[in-house]
Amino acid sequence: MSLVKSLIATTALTAAMFSFAAPAQAQTRIALLVKSLGNGFFEAAARGAEEAAAELGDVEIIYTGPTEPTAEAQIEVINALIAQQVDAIAISANDPDAVVPALQRAMDRGITVISWDSGVAPEGRAMHLNPSSNELIGNTIIRLAADHLPEGGEVAILSATATATNQNIWIEEARKVLPEYEGIDLVAVVYGDDLSDKSYREAQGLMQTYPNLDAIIAPTTVGIVAAAQAVTDAGKIGEINVTGLALPSEMAGHIHSGASQSFAIWNPIDLGYSAAYIAHALATGEATANEGDIIGIGRVGEVMIGENGEAAMSDPFTYDASNVDEFAEIF
Amino acid sequence: MSAVSHSPRNIPDRLESPFKSALKSWEMLLIIVAIAIFVANSFASPYFLNPWSLSDATFNFTEKAIIALAMAMVIISGEIDLSVASIIALASTAMGFALQFGVDTPTLVAIGLLVGVACGAFNGMLVSGLGLPSIVVTIGTMSLFRGIAYIVLGDQAFRGYPSDFAFFGQGYVWWVISFELVLFLALAVVFYIILHRTSFGRSVFAIGNNPVAAQFSGIRVRRIKFILFILTGLMSGVAAVLLTSRLGSTRPSIAFAWELEVVTMVVLGGVSILGGAGSIFGVVIAAFIMGLVTFGLGLLNVPGIVMSIFIGLMLISVIGLPVVIRRVRARMAA
Repeated sequence: MSLVKSLIATTALTAAMFSFAAPAQAQTRIALLVKSLGNGFFEAAARGAEEAAAELGDVEIIYTGPTEPTAEAQIEVINALIAQQVDAIAISANDPDAVVPALQRAMDRGITVISWDSGVAPEGRAMHLNPSSNELIGNTIIRLAADHLPEGGEVAILSATATATNQNIWIEEARKVLPEYEGIDLVAVVYGDDLSDKSYREAQGLMQTYPNLDAIIAPTTVGIVAAAQAVTDAGKIGEINVTGLALPSEMAGHIHSGASQSFAIWNPIDLGYSAAYIAHALATGEATANEGDIIGIGRVGEVMIGENGEAAMSDPFTYDASNVDEFAEIF
Repeated sequence: MSAVSHSPRNIPDRLESPFKSALKSWEMLLIIVAIAIFVANSFASPYFLNPWSLSDATFNFTEKAIIALAMAMVIISGEIDLSVASIIALASTAMGFALQFGVDTPTLVAIGLLVGVACGAFNGMLVSGLGLPSIVVTIGTMSLFRGIAYIVLGDQAFRGYPSDFAFFGQGYVWWVISFELVLFLALAVVFYIILHRTSFGRSVFAIGNNPVAAQFSGIRVRRIKFILFILTGLMSGVAAVLLTSRLGSTRPSIAFAWELEVVTMVVLGGVSILGGAGSIFGVVIAAFIMGLVTFGLGLLNVPGIVMSIFIGLMLISVIGLPVVIRRVRARMAA
């Protein structure tokens, strides 16, 4: 008889573990599906999405994702979201191709699908939201240096490898906007190969070759940290400003020491906020995602859908002494 | 002459009636747990009892369950194969590679299955030919097979599989009944017959209980183990075809860490990890239980980490329960 009793106990236990109260349903349910849970970057994006939901009203954000950052695990979550008949899925994908069949099934069943951060192939989503664009990044890295050089001055770029596609495109875009910044003179582009020691030596070399150097721009997180260290070690804090693209957690120390006045990278809160806004607009039919369409994204502004259904959110977000500590805890 | 008095002894034909023993069996316990989870899911989420939802849910476990059928036999024979997920990666990579030369769908499937068999034969050769412990061999081939896939693909992907290839992992045989589910159930019947209705199956149990005794009884232990590894290789090849078709692309990280989920399914199904005991029926129900639990919790948007805790607790309690019951019963009898 004890077998029967324990079976009843197991059954009751199982039932109890499942009996979560079903929440009242909002008008629009948007799933923010991330690569994996427990990642500060995505937690911050979820905070932004909740902020957008509060502004839009009657929107429920379902923040979800697999434990393992794999496509297979993410597809299981997609299946569960399809079954729940959510109104929209905004995904940061673990694999641009493998999730496509599952997302196509979601779209077949009337669910709006967009991707953000890490994109999905065009046939698997309505649009993709990039945090920024090459033009905006190229402009931002020059502006970061120019902001602290009102009289103009000499700047040099410390890049990753000479063949790094992203960096080369950004440098190309930076050169294009250079004439708009009067007095800013780009004296050299050197390559630290995204290695700490090589980047450090290249930064030292720049300081020796160009004694009047005012700023080093490193559009790579390895390079910017190495350059900031090289400037610190050379005792040139205050003379040379190191800036570029970096993660707040790695740069917080150099911001406080003054080796770097400011740097930039995407803001995950804004990204989650904008993804929620766009998903809501498309799911409710307030907007469409054809090439050339413009979609409003609240306080961040608006985006225009470009080639391949891709859109760029905004300039990279600038971090300085006023906000770096808050974001250093996130990513 | 001393009088020896024998107390009358009654030796029954059977220990219990078949009905009563079936009621107390592991499979019965699993069926009750499965029903409980099904009922609980139906109450917990309004979306659960929908034919399309339930159909979608089966995709989450059919590929793993197909491997679990063969894995059950390997584990019953006292061995283990931890390279199954890596065989999927290598078979899928081979299919993607062949795709670059424009081969048709039947050839793609044949390549997937053949690579699976070849990997299984390699494992089998090392285990039964050289007599190496299977856990060591398959941990090695786990890295080896996936390593080859990484060398071929790096951070790239093979895509552009033909549209009729999509049927295996995305197609439906009738209404909401998917091809994957039908194939799994058909293979379950085949494996049931092999394990429980043939002399080959009896030999597998005999080897798992005592390989030396089995050898002396005239059972060709090494040959049978070799065949078992080929079978897991073949089933991994089948899973590779299904999964590649379902994802429509190949990356070297495909099916990452599936081996542990497959072993979990087998153990939950009542197969003794020490070998010698288990049934295909139990493994089939365990597959459905794991599918229902993960899908049910997914519908409630329970975070994945909580889900793995739940699966872990379920595994421990289902395995621990019979032991506890036996202890309690022994104490009450004493």
